[in-house]
Amino acid sequence: MFFLCWQLIAIWILERVIYLKSEILRIKEEALKNLRELESPEALQELKVKILGKKGSLTAMLRQMGGLSPEERPIMGQVVNEVRTRLEQAWEERSAELEAMALQMRLATERIDITLPGTRISRGHIHPLTQVIEEIEDIFLGMGFQIAEGPEIESDYYNFEALNLPKEHPAREMQDSFYITEEILLRTQTSPVQVRTMEKLHPQLPVKIIAPGKVYRNDDDATHSPMFHQVEGLVVDQGIRMSDLKGILLNFSREMFGESREIRLRPSFFPFTEPSAEVDVSCMLCGGAGCRLCKGTGWIEILGSGMVHPKVLEMGGYNPQVVTGFAFGMGVERIAILKYGIEDMRLLFDNDLRFLQQF
Amino acid sequence: MKVSLEWLRELVDIDQSAVELAETLTRGGIEVEDVEDLNKGFEKVVIGEILSLTKHPDADRLLVCAVSVGHEEVTIVTGAQNLLTGDRIPVALIGANLPNGLSIKKSKLRGVVSLGMLCSREELLLDDTVGLDRSSDGILILPSTAPIGESFGHYLGLDNSVLDLELYPNRPDCLAMVNVAREVASLTQKKPHLPKWADQSQVLSLPVATDLRIIIEDQDLCWRYAGLMVEDVHIGPSPEWMQRRLKAAGVRPINNIVDITNYVMMEMGQPLHAFDREKIKGNVHVRVAQPEEKIVTLDNVERTLNPHTLIIADDTQPLAVAGVMGGLDSEVTETTKSLMIESAHFSPVSVRRTSRRLGLRSEASNRFEKGIDVSGSVAALGRVCDLLQDLGAGRPVAFVDEVKHIPPRRQVALSTERTSTVLGIELAVSEIHQVLEDLNFEYQENDGLFRVEIPTYRSDIEIEEDLMEEVARLIGYDRIPTTLPQGDQTQGRRTPEQEFRRRMRKVLAQSGLDEVLTYTFTRAEADAQWGSAKHSIPLLNPLREELGVMRTSLIPGLLDVAARNVARRNTDVSIFEIGNTYWGDEQPLKKLPKEELRVAAVAVGKSDRHWFNQSSSYDFYYLKGIMEAVAHEFGLKLEYRLAENQSLLHPGRSADIYLQNECVGFLGEIHPSLEKEWGLERAVLFELEMEPLFKKTRQTVRAHSIPRFPAIQRDLAVVVGVETSAEAVMSKIRKLGGNLLQHVEIFDVYTGKPIAEGHKSLAFTLRYQSLERTLTDEEVSLLNSRILEGIQQDFGAERRK
Ligand SMILES: [Zn+2]
Repeated sequence: MFFLCWQLIAIWILERVIYLKSEILRIKEEALKNLRELESPEALQELKVKILGKKGSLTAMLRQMGGLSPEERPIMGQVVNEVRTRLEQAWEERSAELEAMALQMRLATERIDITLPGTRISRGHIHPLTQVIEEIEDIFLGMGFQIAEGPEIESDYYNFEALNLPKEHPAREMQDSFYITEEILLRTQTSPVQVRTMEKLHPQLPVKIIAPGKVYRNDDDATHSPMFHQVEGLVVDQGIRMSDLKGILLNFSREMFGESREIRLRPSFFPFTEPSAEVDVSCMLCGGAGCRLCKGTGWIEILGSGMVHPKVLEMGGYNPQVVTGFAFGMGVERIAILKYGIEDMRLLFDNDLRFLQQF
Repeated sequence: MKVSLEWLRELVDIDQSAVELAETLTRGGIEVEDVEDLNKGFEKVVIGEILSLTKHPDADRLLVCAVSVGHEEVTIVTGAQNLLTGDRIPVALIGANLPNGLSIKKSKLRGVVSLGMLCSREELLLDDTVGLDRSSDGILILPSTAPIGESFGHYLGLDNSVLDLELYPNRPDCLAMVNVAREVASLTQKKPHLPKWADQSQVLSLPVATDLRIIIEDQDLCWRYAGLMVEDVHIGPSPEWMQRRLKAAGVRPINNIVDITNYVMMEMGQPLHAFDREKIKGNVHVRVAQPEEKIVTLDNVERTLNPHTLIIADDTQPLAVAGVMGGLDSEVTETTKSLMIESAHFSPVSVRRTSRRLGLRSEASNRFEKGIDVSGSVAALGRVCDLLQDLGAGRPVAFVDEVKHIPPRRQVALSTERTSTVLGIELAVSEIHQVLEDLNFEYQENDGLFRVEIPTYRSDIEIEEDLMEEVARLIGYDRIPTTLPQGDQTQGRRTPEQEFRRRMRKVLAQSGLDEVLTYTFTRAEADAQWGSAKHSIPLLNPLREELGVMRTSLIPGLLDVAARNVARRNTDVSIFEIGNTYWGDEQPLKKLPKEELRVAAVAVGKSDRHWFNQSSSYDFYYLKGIMEAVAHEFGLKLEYRLAENQSLLHPGRSADIYLQNECVGFLGEIHPSLEKEWGLERAVLFELEMEPLFKKTRQTVRAHSIPRFPAIQRDLAVVVGVETSAEAVMSKIRKLGGNLLQHVEIFDVYTGKPIAEGHKSLAFTLRYQSLERTLTDEEVSLLNSRILEGIQQDFGAERRK
C-alpha cells in the first residue's frame, strides 16, 4: 500500500513535472509568437511584465515548483531559467528590431529643406574706419605703444606754434583750417597730441604713443573730406634713430598689409620733423610690379614721418641734446581705401547701409 | 613750378630721360608731380610741301594732293579749299595719333588711296599764333621757311618735356631754374653751368642814378629795392627761343621787355617789374597805402587800398601794388622809351595778405610769399642787362640799390658722429665731405666736425638737423637700415576708458545696430532742436552753411543718415554713433570748450523679414532692450522715468534715463509733429552721455554660488488699470516676496477681451528659493497669496482667472 501509494505519488509527481514542463514550453512558444507580432516598445514591455514580471505567468510556474522533490527542483529550475534567458534574449532582439524600425521611420519622415536660410542672428556692423583704427591700435599696442588723446577743438598754439609753425609760416597754407576764433580752430592734424603728451609726461622716458582721432580741413571733393581721421605716432627716448622709425613702420606695414610688404622712405618736408620722410609701401595689389592702384610705380604712399624737430622736443619739455625722437602720421581713410578697395572716399561718410553692411 | 627740360639742359648736363630725372628728383626730395611730353600727338607729323593739286575724278569737293615730305612723295586726299601749290603744311603720316585723338590710317576716298592727312590748327590743338592767316579756313599753312621733312614737333620746339615740381614750402629756391639745376647737379654728381651773368659786376659798373631816389618808408615790409634805368627802349616781340621757353613754363609771352622780366624771374627766382620811366614823377616811395587810396591795376580794375597794403608810389600817386600787380598808368606800352626795372624784396606776409585780399595771385606774388633771396636782387638785374643787350631791347644806363636789411650768412655745424647716431647709419667723414662737395657748399672740417657756410639761396637750412637731412637725401634714404628702438621695453594697453568705449561699440553692434560716422558740424537749427543753441559753437568759415555749428547732440546727424537711407529705400534702419559733442560756455570762445563723448542710436522700420521669424517694427522696447543689454554688460542700474522734454519725444512713449539719480540721457519715439520735418515715421532713438556710464561701471563681476536646494516657480496674473506701470507692480512684488522671492519676471501683457476696458492683465513668473532649506508647497502658496493680496490692495488689482 505504502509502495503503491508511493508509486502513485511518484506517478502524480511525474505527471506534474511533465505538465509543468509542457506548460513552461507552451508559455515560451506563445511568448515568442506574440513577440514577433508586437509593433511597439510599450506592448513589448507589457508582454514582458505579463510573463516575466512579479505576477507574470512564468514566475507563477516557479511558484508551483514548491511540490517537487529536492531532486527535481533543480531540473525544473534549470528549465525555467533556460526559458527565461531565451525569452529575455528574444525580447532584446525584438526591441532592437523595433528601435531600428522606429529610427528608420523617423529618418524617413523627418525631412527639411536644407537650402532654406538659417534663423537670422541680427548683428550690426562696425564702421570700416573704426575697424581700421582699432587694427592700427592693436598693431601698435603690440609694439608697446600707449594710446593718447587730445581735443578736436584745439588752440592755435598746439595745432601750429608748438609744432614749429609760427604765425604766417608759409607751411600753414598747406592746410586750410576751420576757425572758431582767431586763436581756436578745429585741429588740422593729430600732431598737437605730440606736444600735449610730451608736456604731460616729461621728464619721463620713453614716450611711446599713438594718437588716433578726427581732424578737419576746409576741403571737400572726391579725394578730400572736411572731416577725416589720422593716427599720429610719437617715440621719444635717448638714442632714438631714424632707422628705428624705419623698423617700426616696416613692422606696421607688414602687419597691416601683409608679410611680404617692403617700405621705402623718401625725403619730404614737415615743419615739425627734421629730417622728414614720406613712407611708401610696396603695392599690395601687384606686389611691386606696377599696376593701376600704384600707377605703375609699384609703391603706394601711406604716411608722413620724420625725426622730431628739436624745437618741438623743447616745446614738449625735453632737451634735444639729450633725447631724440621720431613721429609719424597716417590718414585712416587712405588706409581703409587701400585695405578694402573702396572706390570713392565719400562713401565712408555717406553712411549708406548697403555700403556699411559689407564690413 | 614747371621746368622745361630743354631750358634746364642749358644749365646742367643731364644724361637721364625725363622720366628717370623725375624719379631722381622725387627720391631726392623734390617731388615731381607730372612729366609732360610736349611732343605728344606730334609723333609722325612732319612738314610737307604741296607739289600739285588736282580735282578728285569722282568727287567735286575733294582734292588729290601730291605732297613731298622730304625723302618721299605721298598722295593725300583732302577736302580743304585753302591750299595753293607750294604751301608748306603739317602732314600726319599713317600711324600718327593727333592731339585731338584722331588716329591716321591708310584710307580710300572714292577710289583714291590717301596715305595720310593734312592737318588744321584744330586737329593739332594749336592757337592762331602758329601759321599764316590763310590757315583759319582749313589746313594750317606754315611760313615758306618751314623745313620740308622736319618733324613738326621739333619745328615748334615741342620735342621737349616739362617736369611739374610740387614744391614743399621749405624749398622756395626751386622756383628758380638755376636752383633746380643746382639740385639736379647735386643729386647726379655734376657741376652746374652757373653762368657768368649770375653776378653783380655788370650792374655795379653802371653809374648810380641821380635823377631818382628810392625811399623805403617801412623797412620791415621791404628789405631792399634795386632799380635799373634803361634808355633807348624798342618794344617788339621777344625771340622765338624765349617765347618757347616761357610757354613751356606756363607764362604767356607779351613783348620783349615783359618777357625779359618774366624770363629772368623764372630763371633766377627774382620777380621783376618794368615801369615806364617817364610816368614816374619824382622819387620812388615804398610805403603802405593811405586809407581809401586808389589804383587802377594792369587788369584795368580800380582797387581801393588800405593801410595794410604795401605799394610803390611816386611823389604824386601809387604806381603798383608791391609784389602783386603793377598799375595801368605806368605800364610798359608800345610807345615806352625808357624804363625803370624793379628788383626788390617784399615781406612774404604782406604780399600774401594783399594778394589774398585782392584775389590776385601770380608767379611773382607766389615767389614773394614763399620768400626770395634778398642777396640776389642785383644779380638778377645783371641778367636783365645781358638780355636787353642780346635782344637789342634797350640800353642800361644807371641803377639804384636801397638796402635796409640783408640777413647775415649762416654757418651751421655738423657732427659726423651725431649724424650717424640720429640717422642710424655708420657714416665715414669722407662721405660727408662728398655730400657737401655735391651740394657745392663751402665748409671746413676738423676731426669729423664740419662748419658749413650756407648759401643765401638755401634759406631752409638753419640747424644741424637740416644738414642731416641733406646728408641723408644725398646718400639716399635707402641707406638707412631698419632697426628697433633699444631703450626700455614698454607694455601697450588701452586705458579703462578706451576699453569701455570699445566694449560699448561691440555691445551695440552685437545687438544689431550698425555704426555710422557723421560730420561733427551740422545745421544750426537742427542742433538747436536736439541740443543746445546756447552752447553750440559756430565756425567762422564753414564749408557750407548747413555745416555751420559744432554739434551739441548726435541725434540730428543720425536722423539725417536714417532719412537718407529711407529715401534710398533702405527702409529698415537701426544705427548708432559714438562721438563727441562740443559745449562752449561763452561767445566768442576764450578757452577750449568741453568735448563730451556720447552714444546715440536711431531705429526706424522693421527688423529683418525672414521666412521663419516674424519681423517686428522697431519701437521703444526694441531700443530699450538694447539699452538693457548695455546695462547688463557694464553692471549698471538704469532707471526709466517719464520723459520731461515732451516737445521732441512722444509724450506717451519716451523716458528719461537715470543712473543713480542723475539724468544721463533719454529714450523714446520721435514726436509725431516732427515726423514730416525729418521724413521719418515712428523713429525711435536714444542718446546717452558716456562718462557717467563709464564712471559707474562695475569693475568686476562678483560670482554667486548655485543654490543647493530646489526652487519653486509660480505664475501670477493680475488685472490692473492701464495707467499702472509694470515696474510699480514688480517692485511691490519684490518687496512683499522678501528674501525667499529670488526672481520676478513679466512674461505677458494683455489688453482686450475679456479684460475690462481701461485695464490690462500682467502676468509674472515668480521664483522662490531658500539658500538654507527646501521650501514646502504650503509656505510658497501662502507667500504667493500674500503677495496677491498686497497688489490688490495697492493697485486695486484682481487675480486673473
Ligand atoms: Zn601695384
